[in-house]
Amino acid sequence: MTLFYLFAAVAVIASLLVIAQRNPIYSVLLLIASFGALSGLYVMLDAPFVAVTQIIVYAGAIMVLFLFVVMLLHAPAEETEHDEKIHPLRRAGPMRFGAALAAALVVELLWALTRAGGETGPFPGAAVSSVRAIGRALFTEYAFQFEVTSILILVAMVGAVVLAKREAAKS
Amino acid sequence: MPAITPLLIAQLVIIVVVFHALLLAAAAMVWVERRLAAALQQRLGPIRVGWQGLLQPFADVIKLMFKEELRPKAADALLFGLAPIISATCAFSAFAVVPFGAATTFFGLLSEPMKLQVADVNVAVLVIFGIASMSVYGIVLAGWSSNSKYSLIGGLRSSAQMISYELSYGMALAAVLILGNSLSLTEIVNGQSGYWLGFIPKWFIFIQPLGFLIYLTAGIAETNRAPFDFPEAEQELVAGYHTEYSSMSFAMFFLAEYINMVTVSAVATDLFLGGWYGPFLPESLGWIWFLLKVGALLFFYVWMRWTLPRYRYDQLMAFGWKVLLPLSVLNLLATAAGVLYFGI
Amino acid sequence: MTPTLNDYLILSAVLFAIGTAGVFVRRNLITILLSVEIMLNAVNLSFVAFGRSLGTADGQIIVFFVMTVAAAEAAVGLAIVIGLFRHRESLNPDTFTSLKW
Repeated sequence: MTLFYLFAAVAVIASLLVIAQRNPIYSVLLLIASFGALSGLYVMLDAPFVAVTQIIVYAGAIMVLFLFVVMLLHAPAEETEHDEKIHPLRRAGPMRFGAALAAALVVELLWALTRAGGETGPFPGAAVSSVRAIGRALFTEYAFQFEVTSILILVAMVGAVVLAKREAAKS
Repeated sequence: MPAITPLLIAQLVIIVVVFHALLLAAAAMVWVERRLAAALQQRLGPIRVGWQGLLQPFADVIKLMFKEELRPKAADALLFGLAPIISATCAFSAFAVVPFGAATTFFGLLSEPMKLQVADVNVAVLVIFGIASMSVYGIVLAGWSSNSKYSLIGGLRSSAQMISYELSYGMALAAVLILGNSLSLTEIVNGQSGYWLGFIPKWFIFIQPLGFLIYLTAGIAETNRAPFDFPEAEQELVAGYHTEYSSMSFAMFFLAEYINMVTVSAVATDLFLGGWYGPFLPESLGWIWFLLKVGALLFFYVWMRWTLPRYRYDQLMAFGWKVLLPLSVLNLLATAAGVLYFGI
Repeated sequence: MTPTLNDYLILSAVLFAIGTAGVFVRRNLITILLSVEIMLNAVNLSFVAFGRSLGTADGQIIVFFVMTVAAAEAAVGLAIVIGLFRHRESLNPDTFTSLKW
């Protein structure tokens, strides 16, 4: 149980710092730390394949993509003079409204979760944790969805290349 | 507190032994590289420090320890210090799941056999792949936090190269997984025991020669060694992503590079060269064969560096995407077809 | 005492709320995209927890697909951010207030 609290604390604190940081590079690195904690939680849930895939895909590929974009754009933090003096989370107007909405969401979710009956004991039954079982299900029951996601990635790749290309110089 | 059993003590001993063996391997690689480069270039190399220059790496380390640790004023202090730590940590952790010998009882001291591996995870291959993905961060953060144009270009080029070659690396691994039928390195090695026709060992390199070449090429590109070492090319970019580093931080980057080389060679040995199986030695002394095979691959690494000219960056990326990736996909398809129809 | 399903769901809810707060409050496009990733991860955790409690592999398979979709979405989203940055030199969504460049 202490391990669960440790991972949960790391995940929550890192996520809070992600949205509180001014510098986008620190946000990306803190998010990687949060993903690492989530990976630990997946191992505790007897899902080693998902845990390692989380590190390989999310922390190792998607976050590298974010880091590249931040570095190539020399992404500034919120820029105006006014913005630079006040920390992002303390600005007036839409910020306060957004923060109030988020707080309302937290309260509502916690109310819903603690009110419902829900499981109070440890997980019943055995887990399906072997990669072999996942692979078998992926290629038999969910084969169509698997092929569709491959087309999705192809479309995303083409779209990203087209969108990020510089326009040819107008002669 | 877990009970202090002989098994626990043996586990701790293995952790300490593996850690120090990796450090010694990095030191040995420094000596091997310099003497071998000298031999290939028909000169002597370091022969004065200790017998045949064997103490040269230690002299280098002592010199590096006494150098001043510089940090550019405009560099991001936290990331500047963090980058070499990430590089070195990922390099060491990747070796934790690599088995280097058969399960042994240490001459009867233990009640049951224990694997010669720091951690036997049943998804070991994926763990190695994941840690290889994480080691990109050491380089990209080093390049960014130094706040210097040589470092930034070197860092971005190096990380783009690493993530491009990770794909072929993964596909070559996937082809071996089809043959080995498991993600655990110990089981893949155990699938390579035995002989065909009595004398040809059942190593996967004989079924997968192309896969072995693809894996080794991608491994060399992953570890930023020649001929793929453009990001740290001495002649072109001062020193690439570690331009602004000195003293022990620099040493940690180099330590990370050599240990990554050892890990790639060790994993290649386990996947393709039969791990610790070999003739004439009983299975409990299999780690000697393992060391010999890893040594042969490391010799190949150094030989490549001092023989081949360097790839230009666009040639390097074109090779990775247009040649190596299609070849690795074809290799995967051919392996799958072979297993399905010929039952290899 | 091992963690129960409720513990994982509460953690997932908290992470989802943090992600939503990030999307509402922050005025930097990259941080907004990162907050969306936090939300997707919170949902992944829910799926795996439910899959574990039902004893099937379905939770993990859905997570596999969610990760794929998240990768595709991050790639296209960042390409759009690069395009927007090139035109306005700013990552603040409040500067993109007119339809014509």
